[in-house]
Amino acid sequence: MERPLKMVSNHLHFYYGDFEALHDISLEFSENKVTALIGPSGCGKSTYLRCMNRMNDLIAYSRMEGELLLDGEDIYAPSVDVVTIRSRVGMVLQKPNPFPKSIFENIAYGLKVNGVKDKSKIASKVEKSLIRAALWGEVKDRLHDSALGLSGGQQQRLCIARALAVEPEVLLMDEPCSALDPIATQKIEELIHQLKITYTIIIVTHNMQQAARVSDITAFFYMGKLIEVNYTNTLFTRPKLKQTEDYITGRFG
Amino acid sequence: MQTTRVETMVNFPPIDLTTKIEKIDQTKNRNSPPASSQMSRRQLIQKIVFFFFRGAAWVNGVALLIIIYFMVANGWRAITWTFLTQAPKDSMTKGGILPCIVGTLGLSLGAIIVAFPIGIASAIYLNEYARPGRILRLIRLGINNLAGVPSVVFGLFGLAFFCIYLKMGVSLLAGALTLGAMTLPVIIGASEEALKAVPDTYREASLGLGATKLQTIFRVVLPTALPGILTGGILGISRAAGETAPIMFTAAVFFSPRMPSSVFDEIMALPYHIYVLATAGTEIEATRPLQYGTALVLIALVLGLNLAAILWRARLRKRMQ
Ligand SMILES: Nc1ncnc2c1ncn2[C@@H]1O[C@H](COP(=O)(O)OP(=O)(O)OP(=O)(O)O)[C@@H](O)[C@H]1O
Ligand SMILES: [Mg+2]
Repeated sequence: MERPLKMVSNHLHFYYGDFEALHDISLEFSENKVTALIGPSGCGKSTYLRCMNRMNDLIAYSRMEGELLLDGEDIYAPSVDVVTIRSRVGMVLQKPNPFPKSIFENIAYGLKVNGVKDKSKIASKVEKSLIRAALWGEVKDRLHDSALGLSGGQQQRLCIARALAVEPEVLLMDEPCSALDPIATQKIEELIHQLKITYTIIIVTHNMQQAARVSDITAFFYMGKLIEVNYTNTLFTRPKLKQTEDYITGRFG
Repeated sequence: MQTTRVETMVNFPPIDLTTKIEKIDQTKNRNSPPASSQMSRRQLIQKIVFFFFRGAAWVNGVALLIIIYFMVANGWRAITWTFLTQAPKDSMTKGGILPCIVGTLGLSLGAIIVAFPIGIASAIYLNEYARPGRILRLIRLGINNLAGVPSVVFGLFGLAFFCIYLKMGVSLLAGALTLGAMTLPVIIGASEEALKAVPDTYREASLGLGATKLQTIFRVVLPTALPGILTGGILGISRAAGETAPIMFTAAVFFSPRMPSSVFDEIMALPYHIYVLATAGTEIEATRPLQYGTALVLIALVLGLNLAAILWRARLRKRMQ
């Protein structure tokens, strides 16, 4: 992994109350690479992802141990401003969750809350983000219609555009295509290829083909543990552990 | 070529369908045994129970209709231009009720101004900030009990606290504060319901974009919850606007020769006016039409307020979709 490390987790443990959802996860994410997190349902992929932008802070009875570094700086250090972290680490969820506002306002939101006031700057950023998310052509004539009127695939690309508008450094995607049809999925996968030129991307997926198609590195989780991590090609063709092989070949039981 | 193809496609299915339906019907008739007596008894019970449920639901609408009919039938003759635009005359046996209308509107508006900000702020604290624990339970206990306090007790509290202790005297302000306090639990309840209905994914999306919690509340959560908050709150206020007990010691007087000119003036109010005419007036029988007329105006005001709230909510919802 020759590129500089963007994010690193060191001996990360995560607890929901007494339940240990993540056990001693140490993992490195290189800059401008796509890392796929795979593993059976309930193994802790979403939990891990939500640690990375401190979204788990919202869960009152939860607790994290260990270190999570962004550019070498611990994002859980007391001196760190969680709001800044979240604008540096963007997130796209499984189910598209646009605000009940217009398409334009959805994208402009992140800019406005981060203090951008200049109207023309906002407008050009909105356009750029929509273009990057491959949605501009479909919505340019109805920017001021409600975002809730878009199709599921369009909504998901809108959420990606919304995340891109604040120019995060890392983009977390939690099963971004699971609610989409194959065409919309393909669009988003192409998008991921484009985006990794600028961003560090971490994507959770249940779809092995998708992991193989979009990611450079794949990490296999099982029951809250990191079982195996390797270059995607290697992991899918020559997995070291039997557990990994069983999972990726669908012989899991 | 294309047209023919389309036509064939359109023509075939119906034929197919009818045959299929006939087939299904036939199978049904042939195979299903005659309904057993157990079956029909269960169905009978179901019918009877649903009949009562439906009746219960109807009672509400019918009750409202009867009340409205009763008020209109008895009161419509009293409703004249003079009645709506002039002050009472001749020991309140003649003239109009304008000061009462103004007083009740003033009280409602005052109660809204007092109760909405406090109520919404409390609901935000309870729903968005407070961590579950003993303090939160205590506050909730307080709110629930506040909702159960009888309105006459609120009236006495208002008299002791606002009128006497805070030296407001019998005034519009004291009455509005009392009504506001009385409506607070309703507004908090409505606001909390509305805030709970805002999906957590909105909050996460906003926070995930680097918004602060406060920005998230003011830019995403509140706008989404607003229709619910407004209607719930206005329904609560319009309920309070018709109350007599909380204002009879704090704001309303028997008769006032002039219109209120500041919030420290005493006022006349519709519910209290009805109460006075019906129990303590000089000529109770002779003023019956006036009493019904006043009641009709009060009901129209309350229903109007409710209707406005509902229409407003519908508009806000539509704008958001
Ligand atoms: N808010 C929560 N409170 C308590 N336990 C939770 C919470 N969220 C998740 N868990 C538990 O933590 C474990 C990991 O959940 P997580 O959602 O991270 O799994 P996942 O790998 O993302 O699964 P999926 O593929 O189904 O999305 C599960 O056992 C789950 O029951
Ligand atoms: Mg998940």
